[in-house]
Amino acid sequence: RGLVVVAFDRSPEVYLDIMLRHGLDSNALSRCVRILDCYSDPLGWKQNIRSEQHQEDSGTPCSTNKDTITIFRSVKDVDKLSCSIIDLGRGFEGEGKTYFSVAVDSISSMLRHASVQSISGLLSNLRSHDQISSIFWLMHSDLHETKFSRAFECLSTMVACVEPEVVDSVYGEERRGDMSFLEHNYSKAKFHVRLKRRNGRVKHLYEELCVEGYDVKFISATSVSIEVNQSLLPKVQFNLELSEKERSDRANVVLPFEHQGKGEPIRIYDGRRSLPEAHQDPNLTTAALLDETEALKSANPKGEIHYLRDSDDERPDSDEDPDDDLDI
Amino acid sequence: MEEYGAGDLLSEAMCAGARVVVVEDCVEAPAAFVLHLLLKRALAAGGGGGGGAALLALAQPFSHYDRVLRKMGCNLSMHRKSERLHFFDLQGFPGGTQGGAIADSLAQLYSAVQRVVETCRAGENAGRFTVMIDDVSLLEVAANGSADDVLDFLHYCVTLTSEMNCSLVVLIHEDIYSSEDGVGLLAHLRYIADLVIKAAPLSTGLATDVHGQLSVVNKGMLIEQRPAKGQKVWSFHFKVKENGADFFYPGSRH
Repeated sequence: RGLVVVAFDRSPEVYLDIMLRHGLDSNALSRCVRILDCYSDPLGWKQNIRSEQHQEDSGTPCSTNKDTITIFRSVKDVDKLSCSIIDLGRGFEGEGKTYFSVAVDSISSMLRHASVQSISGLLSNLRSHDQISSIFWLMHSDLHETKFSRAFECLSTMVACVEPEVVDSVYGEERRGDMSFLEHNYSKAKFHVRLKRRNGRVKHLYEELCVEGYDVKFISATSVSIEVNQSLLPKVQFNLELSEKERSDRANVVLPFEHQGKGEPIRIYDGRRSLPEAHQDPNLTTAALLDETEALKSANPKGEIHYLRDSDDERPDSDEDPDDDLDI
Repeated sequence: MEEYGAGDLLSEAMCAGARVVVVEDCVEAPAAFVLHLLLKRALAAGGGGGGGAALLALAQPFSHYDRVLRKMGCNLSMHRKSERLHFFDLQGFPGGTQGGAIADSLAQLYSAVQRVVETCRAGENAGRFTVMIDDVSLLEVAANGSADDVLDFLHYCVTLTSEMNCSLVVLIHEDIYSSEDGVGLLAHLRYIADLVIKAAPLSTGLATDVHGQLSVVNKGMLIEQRPAKGQKVWSFHFKVKENGADFFYPGSRH
């Protein structure tokens, strides 16, 4: 298992530093991580300067990370980029077939050097490569037209969006210069994940993201998910949801064929009034009353039905797909 | 507060380690004074060794900066002679080249800047070097509107900050891009920046004592940039004077 990081936006040392801070030791790093450095000299300008000054090519800037970091100098050549990524991935040691993942930081920077079509083609090629287990990339959606962001979303099986918690609707118009809402947005955000299942169903997950120093914490926002469920129901003028009392009453209902096993005779509601109520009704004739009492006494079950309810907590229209664990 | 600015609100918001600083302004609240202040600090920085600065000037000739900084107590001509300041007069940039050669001109400009930074580092000055661009909007005009070429050039300048203990300060006019259809330089720059200083007019209009408001957003990418109190967004008022600028919280001015 390995990871190839295609780094456009930050110096390779930054990624190594992040991984070291999160507990990965340097041996594991050199074994499992390769960085394709498209940050230091993406267009080959520095190499040209060196050759003009007749200096020797110093290669990677940091000699201790020579194996981990590989400089790439032709970001406009998407085919060459694709080959370099695959070559780096093939270099991982391991018995048999080694799978690796590819991380791109970021697609927005790639889009400055190549067209949407060529980058989509690159991602499709990587996707169909038999050694690549997963690809994930970062895209700044406000730097591109919506249709380009959508094009990349269509390519992916999972889209994770980080959205601001506080959206200042008048920013840029009336309250120019007032960026106080940003203070909140720099430490908290909404995290929304859209998963495309194999069967085509789309699952939504909502969480709250909290940044504290170097740590990023995810807090599942249960209150938010309930709101989402409500919004998935059609908006009609009658209430399709159950209140808490209704939910607990529903849980207390004894279903037909369910045996509670307490040893008492179970009154199964069959549409007729219960016996105590019948006694209280002055309009009933004695004959009718007798009928009811006898019917109850003779209700000796001859056959038995054992009914076991399985999905007790399953609410209707829940997102759980029982076919999820099928691996077709 | 009257020394090179160690104690004022702006330096508190910026902290020492900001690498890529983007200064945004508009016609009603120009922020050239921020550049002048930062230039003065860059040249005064450090006890004995001190840093250096490279000013890529597209907006004004050297005489203008010399005059302004002299009133602030900084002698640019002297610094230029002693090679602490490297002045690139780019008012005629890119010169005679046309068409697709813009990328080449920018590559050559970058090469000159890199050479200057390397020379400065090799010398006794081991302090922080500052590359200042006044301004990026004019650079885009000089590049015939090619934002991609300008962004490539800026990216290379940003690599200097991570490889050579260098700071990059750029000025961009925010109101030029506000009504654009596509996404302009401004959005890209906001992503690249570690620190964004935005000058805006007061919402209440003109005033004699307060010339505008300054918002400083310190993204704090690297650990040494994190402000002591953990605060990321600062907002205060400013007044531009002949010999510098005053920064104060709203309402605290007597």
